[in-house]
Amino acid sequence: MNRVLRFLFFGAVVRTVVLILLGLNVRHRERLPVQGPAILVANHNSHLDTMVLISLFPLRLLPKIRPAAAMDYFLRNKLLAWFALNIIGIIPVARKTEVPSNLTSCRAAKPVHPLQGCKEALKRGDILIFFPEGTRGEPEQRAKFKSGIAHLVEHHPEVPVIPIFMHGLGKALPRGESLLVPFFCDVFVGEALHCTSSRVDFMLNLEQGMEALEAEGGFKEWE
Amino acid sequence: MINLAVKPNVVWAVGGVFSLLLLASIIVSILQWRNPHKDYRELRLRVNSWWGMIIVFTLAMVLNRKLSLVFFGFVSFLALKEYLSLIQTRRADRRVLLWAYLAIPLQYYWIHLEWYGMFIIFIPVYAFLFMPMRMIMIGETKEFLRAAGTLHWGLMVTVFSLSHLSFLLALPEDHNPIGGGAGLVLFLVFLTEFNDVAQYVWGKLLGRHKIVPKVSPNKTWEGFLGGVATTLLCAWLIAPFLTPLSIKHSLIIGVIIPIAGFVGDVVISAVKRDIGVKDSGSLLPGHGGILDRIDSLTYTAPLFFHFMRYFYF
Repeated sequence: MNRVLRFLFFGAVVRTVVLILLGLNVRHRERLPVQGPAILVANHNSHLDTMVLISLFPLRLLPKIRPAAAMDYFLRNKLLAWFALNIIGIIPVARKTEVPSNLTSCRAAKPVHPLQGCKEALKRGDILIFFPEGTRGEPEQRAKFKSGIAHLVEHHPEVPVIPIFMHGLGKALPRGESLLVPFFCDVFVGEALHCTSSRVDFMLNLEQGMEALEAEGGFKEWE
Repeated sequence: MINLAVKPNVVWAVGGVFSLLLLASIIVSILQWRNPHKDYRELRLRVNSWWGMIIVFTLAMVLNRKLSLVFFGFVSFLALKEYLSLIQTRRADRRVLLWAYLAIPLQYYWIHLEWYGMFIIFIPVYAFLFMPMRMIMIGETKEFLRAAGTLHWGLMVTVFSLSHLSFLLALPEDHNPIGGGAGLVLFLVFLTEFNDVAQYVWGKLLGRHKIVPKVSPNKTWEGFLGGVATTLLCAWLIAPFLTPLSIKHSLIIGVIIPIAGFVGDVVISAVKRDIGVKDSGSLLPGHGGILDRIDSLTYTAPLFFHFMRYFYF
């Protein structure tokens, strides 16, 4: 039932909003992975980010695509948790090391690594969506990446990490706003990266890849 | 059998357009076959996009009046969205932009009501007065004039100008018994777009002397004049089948359309140059964005409309 709802939600509602109300300018679409495991790493400005990234893929891949999302935010009440887990299909990630007490009860007694769910998803061959900024932050501004992503791939050099830069969604639906204003969204897909050496090198490569994509658009600051 | 909302002559004209398109596709294929090493991908994309655009346009035009209104409204929406995504909008004005979008359904609703008085003043007067007021309510004064000015310019170009195309459909049919409103729209859109193609082809063949080097370095006098001559000939040949234009008037229109179309084209080019982009978007492969395609129409539509209204309606 939830599977059907997820297909309907992404196939009908999300695609209508993303392709007709917003509209995408996608560059280098051919760089998107055609199968898992893979990680899409994107900048984060809006709830629409996930919707747009999922819309880049054919519907038959939908069951494989899993966004990693903050546990404290998306599981804060029952309804939202149902929607986030079953319809959006998130993999909950504990942003801080201490997990809220009401959630620890349903887990094993031994502390679980915050990215455990992501690791399992990669093992299953899923395509993971990851926002290393950790939060949406200020609209149309990219914050420094957190290094959790490096931790995730350091033992998996075979998993491609694809940087994706998005512009425009922070204008369409920024944090703290509920009214969507239509804007075309630019999506620049970067070359796949692999974590072959140290974590630090990988993070450096990733940041540089993102900067290059951002520079490709030559966008001005939104003020 | 579907009851078509258009006159027989319009059906013939649409048939003519599709034949031309078929001819274009065949020519591209022959070119590719004769020069297998040359890359005609761009040209092929362009022609393929034409197929898509003309099929959608034809369906919207012939099936029914309401559908064509919705279609033109949607084109305005795409154009305004593309414009607002290109220009530097202010963060404070996010919600003002929603009001600008709201002008689209209203403007096309006036056309549906055939309410000419409201149609003609709604954006130049009411929207013009309302938008700055809404901005004042937010209270950001930094870059106020630029924001208010660019927003209204965008509404004028993408909504007001373009909606004249739609109002052609609302003009009384009995003044143009052979083609009806659809005949006028088809005549205008065909001449405008064919002129674009003709100017491009003449420019490629003979182009030497640059006409506006700072704005659009690829545009030449030869291309421009070749386009005027071609469009003049087409206007003279086609007008009797689709419009009530006299021979004299069809010749005047045959000159107005290519000149206005050229101006519309270079005006949007200047906007893109100012912003620093090559294409306004990537909606139409081989053409660019929607603004790249309708740039000429934003000038030809209001001029043709008012010419027709003054002399014939």
